[in-house]
Amino acid sequence: MSRVLLKGGRVIDPAQRLDATRDVLLEDGVVAQVAAKLSARGADVISAKGLVVCPGFIDLHVHLREPGREDKETIATGTRAAAAGGFTAVCAMPNTDPVNDNSGITGFILQKARSEGVVRVYPIGAITRGSRGEELAEYGDLKESGCVAVSDDGRPVASARVMRRALEYARAFDLPVVDHCEEPALSERAAMNEGPVATLLGLRGAPAAAESIVVERDIQLAELTGGRLHVAHLSTAGAADAVRRGKARGVRVTAEATPHHLVLTDQVVKDSDYDTATKMNPPLRSEADLRAVREALRDGTIDAIATDHAPHTVDDKKVEYDQAAFGVVGLETAVSLCLDRLVGPGLLTLPQLVALLSSGPARALGLPGGTLATGAPADVTVLDLGRRRKVDPARFESKGRNTPFAGWTLKGAPVMTIVAGQVVWQERR
Amino acid sequence: MNGYPHRHLLGIESLQPSEITAILDTAESLREILDRPIKKVPALRGKTVVNLFYEPSTRTRASFEVAEKVLSADSLSIAASTSSAQKGETLLDTAKNLEAMNPDMIVLRHSASGAPHFLARHCRAAIVNAGDGAHEHPTQALLDALTLRQRKKRLEGLRVAIVGDLLHSRVARSNVWLLSKMGAKVVLCAPPTLVPPGIDALAPVTYRIDEAVEGADAVMMLRIQHERMTGGYYPSDREYHLRFGLTEARVKRAKKDVLILHPGPMNRGVEIASEVADGPYSVILDQVTNGVAVRMAVLLLLLGGGGES
Repeated sequence: MSRVLLKGGRVIDPAQRLDATRDVLLEDGVVAQVAAKLSARGADVISAKGLVVCPGFIDLHVHLREPGREDKETIATGTRAAAAGGFTAVCAMPNTDPVNDNSGITGFILQKARSEGVVRVYPIGAITRGSRGEELAEYGDLKESGCVAVSDDGRPVASARVMRRALEYARAFDLPVVDHCEEPALSERAAMNEGPVATLLGLRGAPAAAESIVVERDIQLAELTGGRLHVAHLSTAGAADAVRRGKARGVRVTAEATPHHLVLTDQVVKDSDYDTATKMNPPLRSEADLRAVREALRDGTIDAIATDHAPHTVDDKKVEYDQAAFGVVGLETAVSLCLDRLVGPGLLTLPQLVALLSSGPARALGLPGGTLATGAPADVTVLDLGRRRKVDPARFESKGRNTPFAGWTLKGAPVMTIVAGQVVWQERR
Repeated sequence: MNGYPHRHLLGIESLQPSEITAILDTAESLREILDRPIKKVPALRGKTVVNLFYEPSTRTRASFEVAEKVLSADSLSIAASTSSAQKGETLLDTAKNLEAMNPDMIVLRHSASGAPHFLARHCRAAIVNAGDGAHEHPTQALLDALTLRQRKKRLEGLRVAIVGDLLHSRVARSNVWLLSKMGAKVVLCAPPTLVPPGIDALAPVTYRIDEAVEGADAVMMLRIQHERMTGGYYPSDREYHLRFGLTEARVKRAKKDVLILHPGPMNRGVEIASEVADGPYSVILDQVTNGVAVRMAVLLLLLGGGGES
């Protein structure tokens, strides 16, 4: 029987509308009690004075790369990176090699996560076999073996017919369909966002419409079928508007946005002289898109902040911009970036941010946790709002070093991560 | 101090007007060497230049090679089709291997925009951009400017129309930067499908070639880059020529002493009628000679001048 008492912290639990100084007692892997001045008898006491105690953060969008690309990341290194970034649970995208389109792969991922992982891993299965966009994967098996959603992330589902069937069929298992919304005919060979910056750089661009068209399509299909749609890494004003309207008329749609789309615009591709750490898909967008996505965060259109953590080897990135792999790592910078760049200047309140990292993602995909209510999993993220840290990729737990934030000094950081009542990571002082 | 304080030539965008003038003045004074019976000076003896060409090129590559020979630099040219790139070697590995032979300069032509910036970050040699993707082709813009300046005695106030495939054109981007920095009035013209978004922040855009050519001191025609088209930008070469091609009738709308430029290679009968290409106002072959002079100037300014850091 294990008892941990977090004493005297500012506890923020948006699901219970709580923001006050409280003690948090964790017992046998669940939250036993949250109250003022709890007795420490028989408990390991952790002082949280001056710190913020939150429900464990959940990242809905992570590429752990295992099986198949263990040179980029493994379940061991990826979950360590998650813990170091303040996340207690991650959803693992299925674009592994082989693709997670059957219970065998799902089982492998979960078994690895149990033996080597440090945080909870929720696999996401493929929408279609091999993510080829043609035949549906076996959702019944995927669900039974532990998948929490289906997605062909990275390979947009081009056919409206296939997407319709996926949304329809997934209803039988109450699985959300997570779509990487992109019309490939409009984004062919694009290396960045289409617009004035791409024009000056001479790089081929993907227009914002390539995303918003498919978001519109998917919302109409969710409406048609009654399926559950989750829009991955929303990055455009048009997509935000589509989700807002969809929600208003009762469509079952949720959405996530990444920290990099909330902080950077395509101008950074130019300012960095074609640094391939600025290349990802969806690409960094215009200032107007950035403002619209931020507004969608504030008004509840967007349910979650998710990293789209996409580790790559140095070789994948140390090439010409056109040839470089898409993606940035995000697990170890996300929380600090949001604290410094969104909460710091007052774009979000701290409880709003905590909700977008805990209760929001939990609700979007129907995951356990995301709250410190009695009986919830004893997953806790502890923040130090005053802590300043310089982003140093050489010190990442992730194998990926591909970040555009290297050298940034950020105020506010996770300092302790607790999963099932066990401290899995804490900042070395 | 030679008026060009940079280590590389990656594009026109980052140059000051005074630096552009310095290159043009140097080219002007070097041009005379090309008319001598013995076209060779020892200015760059002992310097090594590698011409690394990842895209087909006749004019630009020959032009750099001649410029290097005239200035007595040791040079070698590598074409991707005959290099280890065919065996899957990365650009950086190729450049690093070449660099182990201690060249003073790498002249790079590459289909990826930003490839010269990438090499500049990772190599010690001076990098000259000989055309990168749809980004910039600085020596082309410089030789165009030299040609204009010789004939018109100035750049400031000239009305210059740039007509054709703006979307895929690095020549257009470099020329817009250069001409507007030097005070010329640039008008851009293309069918809407070949106008890159936001280019109108640099110069006004029209879809009507008659309007663009009206009163022009010079017309720069851009090649339709069939090899970069994934299809469907315009219905047919026939319609393109009829609506956006430079014909004799359209040339009449320009000033009497208009100059017609084309960076080559030309698609005769598509963007330009043969009578215009071969007509009296065409300075297309002057451009080639000036190309050598401009590249000599760039070599000299980057490698000569006492070798300060």
